[in-house]
Amino acid sequence: MSKLLLIAFQGHEAEQLAGFAQKLGLAYDLLSLDGQASLDLGAETVYQGTSADVMPADGFAKAIKPLSADYSHIAAVSNMASKDLLARLAGHMDAAMVTDVIEVESPTVFKRPVVAGSIIATVEVLSSPVVLTVRPAGFPKVDRQGTSSTSSFSVEGTALAVRTGSTSRGGSRPDLSQAKVVVSGGRPLKDAATFEQVIGGFADALGGAVGATRAAVDSGIAPNELQVGQTGKIVAPDLYIAAGVSGSTQHMAGIKDSKVIVAINKDPDAPIFESADLGLVADLYVAIPEIRSKIGK
Amino acid sequence: MKILVPVKRVVDPYAKVRPLPDGSGIDTTGLKFEINPFDEIAVEEAVRQKEKNPSVEITVVSIGGAECEEQLRKALAIGADRAILLETSTSFDSPGVAGELAELAKELQPDVIMMGKQATDDDCNQAAQMLAAKLDWPQATFAAKVELGSGQATVTRETDSGEETLQLPLPAVITTDLRLNEPRYIALPGIIKARSKPLEKRTAKTSPAPKTRVINLEAPAPRAAGKKVGSVDELVAALKDRGVL
Repeated sequence: MSKLLLIAFQGHEAEQLAGFAQKLGLAYDLLSLDGQASLDLGAETVYQGTSADVMPADGFAKAIKPLSADYSHIAAVSNMASKDLLARLAGHMDAAMVTDVIEVESPTVFKRPVVAGSIIATVEVLSSPVVLTVRPAGFPKVDRQGTSSTSSFSVEGTALAVRTGSTSRGGSRPDLSQAKVVVSGGRPLKDAATFEQVIGGFADALGGAVGATRAAVDSGIAPNELQVGQTGKIVAPDLYIAAGVSGSTQHMAGIKDSKVIVAINKDPDAPIFESADLGLVADLYVAIPEIRSKIGK
Repeated sequence: MKILVPVKRVVDPYAKVRPLPDGSGIDTTGLKFEINPFDEIAVEEAVRQKEKNPSVEITVVSIGGAECEEQLRKALAIGADRAILLETSTSFDSPGVAGELAELAKELQPDVIMMGKQATDDDCNQAAQMLAAKLDWPQATFAAKVELGSGQATVTRETDSGEETLQLPLPAVITTDLRLNEPRYIALPGIIKARSKPLEKRTAKTSPAPKTRVINLEAPAPRAAGKKVGSVDELVAALKDRGVL
């Protein structure tokens, strides 16, 4: 029997996944690990957990394997957590896996970007079950209707790995993959303090999130979790402002679903100008303060 | 302390690649091949561990054709002790790679398997986690810092919101992320020395039925060409016009 299990680590991911589920066209249940998912997204049953703060992968995968065993398809939003945990689950289940699904052709044929987003691959799944991580930007929002039945679910067991500490650097800024506005910066930002002041300050003024290029992360200007691109976070804000970003293929692969892309770069030949909706050839240190003063922020 | 580092031969990660006109593969005409950059970080990390602890033995392994010897020699030049090429003419998907590496791990019994978080060709990010599952070893993906102790590894790993630290009993699987280290430049003496290091060729033990198959490759749809604006005033007006400010 074909049936889909959606796994939402955080409540808002359920809404993102429901559009994918409808496109796939299979009946679906939802495992909401933090118990915060809406009940009107079309899932038959919502399994409600109590915390998104799940145990390390080896314990987690074993804990959800019994529930997963009843499904032909298991899917989560594509992010670092799901790649860590679901690939492990796929290993335990001897399942096929397709990472970073952007389109559904049929319940066994999917499209996904490869080679830093410079090529789109069509992948056929040859065995069942299949585990999927999904980039939700390309899937429509679902109409909210009905009420799912609910069942409580606790992730039980022990992990060999022990978590001894964690830090979250997000602060008060919106989540990068959720934000309506993202301001990102590249290598020309010189150092971490300048990056935070110029890019962080502009993002805060717009109520947006901060992103960075791989080059900026690589050179220590920006923390890793801000990296936007094929090997980092995928974003789809209404407004993406890239300052001092050349526009590598792998970066563009992470932002292409943004509604409006603005590029500010003093190099008129930067490749980002080929894809940006609005390009401004200017020194970002001059242009950003000017924009902020013109919009009164 | 034995560290096993699987390395994948990938098309030059810094080259512009295109699909073949019939969609059957990547057009590799004129392109170089390299060690997957994330695997190179894993090799570098293993060598740094060896520099701190001379009892570390590093074996690098690759699955593929005879051409993978080039990447294994490079890993030896960075400082690995020996290499194994698991020869096969069939293409392995991630579950296949995990199965083949699990067989090797059972034989070699490494304390740590260290490999890139993903390969820059297929961008799957699956094989290491599947391997850890098959071996029933703990895993730490996206490592930013690795300390190897007696029977235990302490790994600081990247997460979606920051980082966390895991303590793993060994043996364990660790995948490497960008911030872990910057691989060294390989000087000529290293390249020459690598030529005399042992490289063993074996036939791959498994020939797994693939669980997935790529049926087409195409260039992504281009984004509609944008326009350049002449001034900040023009930019602000255009953004207001589009309702995003």
